[in-house]
Amino acid sequence: MEKSKVTLIQSKEEIEKGLKRIAHEILEKNREGKDLVLIGIMKRGVTIATRLSSMIKEISGFEIPIGALDINLYRDDLSEVASQPVLRKTEIPFSVRDKRVILVDDVLYTGRTVRAALDAIIDLGRPCVIQLAVLLDRGHRELPIRADYVGKNVPTSRKELIEVRLVEDDGVDEVIVQEEKQYAATE
Amino acid sequence: MPLQSKDLLTIEQLSVDEITLILDTADSMKEISTRDIKKVPTLRGKTIINLFYEPSTRTRTSFEIAGKRLSADVINISTSVSSVVKGETLKDTGKNLQAMNPDTVVIRHAAAGAAKILADSLSASIINAGDGAHEHPTQALLDVFTMRERKGTIAGLQVAIIGDLSHSRVARSNIHALNKLGAEVVVYGPPTMIPPRIEMMGVRVAQSIDDAIRSADVIMMLRIQLERQSQFLFPSLREYSTFFGLNGERLTHAKEDVLIMHPGPINRGVEISPEVADGPYALILEQVTNGVAVRMALLYLLIGK
Repeated sequence: MEKSKVTLIQSKEEIEKGLKRIAHEILEKNREGKDLVLIGIMKRGVTIATRLSSMIKEISGFEIPIGALDINLYRDDLSEVASQPVLRKTEIPFSVRDKRVILVDDVLYTGRTVRAALDAIIDLGRPCVIQLAVLLDRGHRELPIRADYVGKNVPTSRKELIEVRLVEDDGVDEVIVQEEKQYAATE
Repeated sequence: MPLQSKDLLTIEQLSVDEITLILDTADSMKEISTRDIKKVPTLRGKTIINLFYEPSTRTRTSFEIAGKRLSADVINISTSVSSVVKGETLKDTGKNLQAMNPDTVVIRHAAAGAAKILADSLSASIINAGDGAHEHPTQALLDVFTMRERKGTIAGLQVAIIGDLSHSRVARSNIHALNKLGAEVVVYGPPTMIPPRIEMMGVRVAQSIDDAIRSADVIMMLRIQLERQSQFLFPSLREYSTFFGLNGERLTHAKEDVLIMHPGPINRGVEISPEVADGPYALILEQVTNGVAVRMALLYLLIGK
């Protein structure tokens, strides 16, 4: 695929600042961390959840448990995606019952991933509340879903490809946007 | 990389990458069976037909549970109460089932190649759940899954397969799977039950049961198949158990971390003594648990698209 024009939209410092603010907001909104759990959507959502958890610990001293969720079994487009997604392990080492669940992902786009994640979490038990934290909201929702915590709002066109890179997964902290000639927007 | 074929007929047809994909996917599926609500919506609206021409509890139930945990509709056909008793041929039964648009037909049949015949004439995915003495690929997949889970890797393991090698589709599928994944396979059994030139499959024939188990990491005992003609191949069950059965005394010559497997159903006191079957080294029930995860993985990979 031909790619053109790569723009940096979030630097390492901006990512860090955005996540710190989210960590503070989560604590404010949730009675100082009582019954709080973080569930990251594979794969970068888990990385972000891990960072949020250690930031929350730094701020408040609370140990917030982290779970990892693979949403592929709950997708609404299995028959449409070109290649079958590779399953990863869902590892949620705690009960979500009556918990305050913060669902974490890197980019919020159509909302379909979040819809799948909500179904997946509710299949595991009945949480007290589910809130959504994302590093980036790029708009273009196809479902009535909004985030409770947003690192940055980025107006984009559907033709653009947003790529979040994190040290743990990609060796560098940055968010870039690429203009693509071909339509290839994925979340 | 997805699976290459629409069907799973043999282990022989699978590449190492395909086997690894199935095992990795099964690893992700296993957690679902431990939940309070043991169900995900992945195969909603898909239809699975279990067509069993031979008796089975484990395999049929395992496929049924696997399908249901993925939200597929599962229909069981026992041939003893179906049109098969009126003389319908396998091909005709297959075509009639196809006319009702299933996504998968799981077949067990006494004739080698039965699954292949269906696969060639139906557009549905065919899964071989055992065809005569040919192959039983899902059993081998759950066996290597269990070994990998316990030992970390299959490459370099020494696996002893003991019993009626000549009638065992489980043994044949396992030999293919273990060879592909780099294990060393040793076989042992009554000479009447070891096919001539079995070495050509890449296995070593042991000289005695102690020779077979001495350095084995895994001992796989095969069931004496009393429903096939195997009872004519040795003088008595007692003699079989004395020379070819696994018991506690024999196990003292095996490695300390040896694992004992058996595809079930076991003949207690014949090929395996109760103390071994119920003992700390036995993984027999774990194999059954893993069978569900492996079959969920296969159904997802074959029809979850």
